[in-house]
Amino acid sequence: MKDFRIQAMPLQPDHWRRELLDPACGGYVSFEGWVRNSNEGAEVLHLEYQAYEALAVKEGLRILEESLTRFPLHHALCVHRVGDLQLGDLAVWVAVSSIHRDEAFRACRYIIDEVKHRVPIWKKEHYINGNSGWVNCEACAVHAHGAPAD
Amino acid sequence: MSTELKTVDIVYFAILREHAGLPGERVSTAAATPGQLYREVSERHGFPQLKPLKVAVNDEFTDWNATLHHGDTVVFIPPVAGG
Repeated sequence: MKDFRIQAMPLQPDHWRRELLDPACGGYVSFEGWVRNSNEGAEVLHLEYQAYEALAVKEGLRILEESLTRFPLHHALCVHRVGDLQLGDLAVWVAVSSIHRDEAFRACRYIIDEVKHRVPIWKKEHYINGNSGWVNCEACAVHAHGAPAD
Repeated sequence: MSTELKTVDIVYFAILREHAGLPGERVSTAAATPGQLYREVSERHGFPQLKPLKVAVNDEFTDWNATLHHGDTVVFIPPVAGG
């Protein structure tokens, strides 16, 4: 089984965990990404996630397919939340199951790292001082004003 | 070189949506490639310089120099930050 989902409703890992149960599997690893209260020194009040859903699901499924090719996994599932999230909310959940633990740990790490770099999902941070900014976009946009064209 | 106008739909996300002030637009353009189209709309909306900036046409990542067709849906993809 492999699936990549995007949803606005709160994530339900306890419910989805059952989808990875398999008598052939001896190892299960999951990762939860939470909304934290600070980023690069700024105090964060809440977050807003936006997704280009059609392509995000395609790219997410490609990552899961790669993980199944690279590691001897039986199941891989990733769900990403969109919309307005509060501190402590679960933003992304990854889970894999496999015969042994080693490939489960490595595959879970591979999936979350690739998702963060490749899947078209954006995060806007709202700060305690009233400012806000799109993560990975504002710094380079500001920097570009003084940067030479290349 | 043909300067025939084609109609394409553009969808904006995240920082580009905020700069454009709209979620998307249908434009009539002579742009032959997504790269040419981006220069056109970027100038009009005053988009900031973004790196890496990617592009998708009809819900698939595409090269900036690909051929743009009438009826295509184009999405410019600013740096992502999932997770």
